[in-house]
Amino acid sequence: MFGFSFSRTRAVFGKEFIQLRRDRLTFGMIIGIPLMQLLLFGYAINSDPRHLPAVVQTRDPGEVSRAITAAIETSTFLDFIGEVQSPTEADRLLRTGEANFVVVVPEDFEAKLIRGERPQILIEADATDPVASGGPIGAMPQIVESGLAHVLKGPLSQLQPRQTPWEIVIHRRYNPANITAYNVVPGLLGTILTMTMAMMTAMAITREVERGTMEALLSTPVKPIEVMIGKILPYVGIGFLQTAMLLGASKLLFHIPFVGSFLPLSAGVSLFILVNLALGFLISTVARTQMQAMQLAFFVFLPSILLSGFVFPFAGMPEVAQWIGSALPTTHFIRLVREVILKGGSMQEVIPNIWPMAIQLGVITLIAMNRYRRTLD
Amino acid sequence: MTDNAAIEVRGLTKRFGDRTAVDNLSMTVPEGVIYGFLGPNGSGKTTTIRMMCGLLTADGGDGQALGYDINRQAGEIKARVGYMTQRFSLYEDLRVRENLNFVARMYRVRDRRRRVDEIMEEYGLAERRNQLAGTLSGGWKQRMALAAAMLPKPKLLLLDEPTAGVDPAARRDFWDRIRDMTQRGITVLVSTHYMDEAIQCDHIAFILDGRKLLDSPAAEVAERSGLVTWRATGHGLSDLAHALDGVAGIEQVARFGDALHVSGLDEEALERAIAPYRDHDGITWERRKPGLEEVFIHLIEKNRGRNGEARKDQA
Repeated sequence: MFGFSFSRTRAVFGKEFIQLRRDRLTFGMIIGIPLMQLLLFGYAINSDPRHLPAVVQTRDPGEVSRAITAAIETSTFLDFIGEVQSPTEADRLLRTGEANFVVVVPEDFEAKLIRGERPQILIEADATDPVASGGPIGAMPQIVESGLAHVLKGPLSQLQPRQTPWEIVIHRRYNPANITAYNVVPGLLGTILTMTMAMMTAMAITREVERGTMEALLSTPVKPIEVMIGKILPYVGIGFLQTAMLLGASKLLFHIPFVGSFLPLSAGVSLFILVNLALGFLISTVARTQMQAMQLAFFVFLPSILLSGFVFPFAGMPEVAQWIGSALPTTHFIRLVREVILKGGSMQEVIPNIWPMAIQLGVITLIAMNRYRRTLD
Repeated sequence: MTDNAAIEVRGLTKRFGDRTAVDNLSMTVPEGVIYGFLGPNGSGKTTTIRMMCGLLTADGGDGQALGYDINRQAGEIKARVGYMTQRFSLYEDLRVRENLNFVARMYRVRDRRRRVDEIMEEYGLAERRNQLAGTLSGGWKQRMALAAAMLPKPKLLLLDEPTAGVDPAARRDFWDRIRDMTQRGITVLVSTHYMDEAIQCDHIAFILDGRKLLDSPAAEVAERSGLVTWRATGHGLSDLAHALDGVAGIEQVARFGDALHVSGLDEEALERAIAPYRDHDGITWERRKPGLEEVFIHLIEKNRGRNGEARKDQA
């Protein structure tokens, strides 16, 4: 009669679920926060923006100039906003920021080109934001080349540049704009799960203490393990929901390729969710109020963002920061997700990221179970 | 150990840090009575009740509740005792029916649906079954909490200041229900600091600063206190109260509506003290049994001193 009761556990689960559903704000947060952050990090914090405004100043009107202009028009890096006649006009546009790029086609460009004198094209870039301008600058040789490819054909095809195949190669292999988004998704998944899982569980339990319902709950024959499982399970579900949502949206909105397989990813996600729930439970054994629980959760959350390799490249951090980072489950989780999603890592290959999380789960659970108060003492 | 005791504890002690909340407390609650557990705020009532139902572990002492060891068989006790907390402790964001269902599941009540319907009917909650508990008034919350405590059909009910913040009509209804329960053989331990409620109890224990000062059938409280009380009614009672305050032989002077209660331990000394005022115009004197209130104030002053010395233990 006093053994583990499945029906009681289910009752705690059911109760928790109803409360969660009725708490509109929390539920909204669970759904809203991941999407908001994804949009924020994915769109707003774009370290390699495209469609930068560009003008062309041509001193050698002709087919070649038109071809270069057309190439700029078709490029997604630049938006062609018009032609300028004088260098002063071009300077003004750059200074005011109306244009970020000026492409200057010099006098006799076409003639020199035909004569094989390797004429120069001048590109003036607004480099105040080097990150923003880096992409288009890198892509410029290829833009020009693709434009000229239409002109330099027939009897003139012998003049097509041959000694620069590397430009084409680089352009195809690297897509700087995408790399930003690629790195954001795993990090975002890690931090969102850390925040919601650890904070939600911690608050769900301290809420019972704070509202006094824990006293009534403890006065019934319910077992601590039944309370624990019943309270935690709904959040496991939420964790998977958030993961599915985030990955789905990433694929839809940012076209993140998903080259890895499902098994290592779900193993990593499950383990990571459990670690964070255990962490939340541990927090709830320390915190007396929901406010304290939230503060403690943030105490874990901030290093998880900053030291996990999400914001700063891990290898570039000072040694002490790397130690702290290694102690955080998020660090290993982010690595795992990157490896699986972007590089197609197999179960075998992600083991080095699995075992640290398993150890963390064991240690945290042990401390939490030890600290859990079966009475009101 | 008495055969017909619902609760029997000996030497119960609980310390929080260096403060002793309950100090070597022994008490016996006979079966089938309303046992009033009285004392000012912070005197250790809640702590004692929590130790009895396994919510707190005692630092010292032992005892039984319904025949189960309070130190070792908390699980057995929890399954058989109905406990109503001082503060409303059901889920405010669940409906009445959902709350009761949840409690029934925690106790694994058999034939749950029928039992929940039955208890809602019995406590008049059926119409409010779909109302969120948080939107109930104080009286209804208390009634629902009582229904929840009674759901698993306990033999013993522990009620911790159940009528705090409840209007008089609801309080009366509540006490009628408590009285009914004892008719059915349920033992009720109820803590309170309302004197009008203490009068309803069959048996009274009074605790102060964690120590029990009095434990007696309600009818014998006045007699056991050794207190003598005179009641004065009429005009000029305020002046009279001033005049009597501090006079030798008079322990307390208390105003009760249109009457003044003058009490002392020594019958003769008291009569000497009030003698100069006995023939005052418009004042009628009458000797009477001391009320519970006089007894308790007497106990508090005796133990703490008139000016509240030795109060450092109080929370």
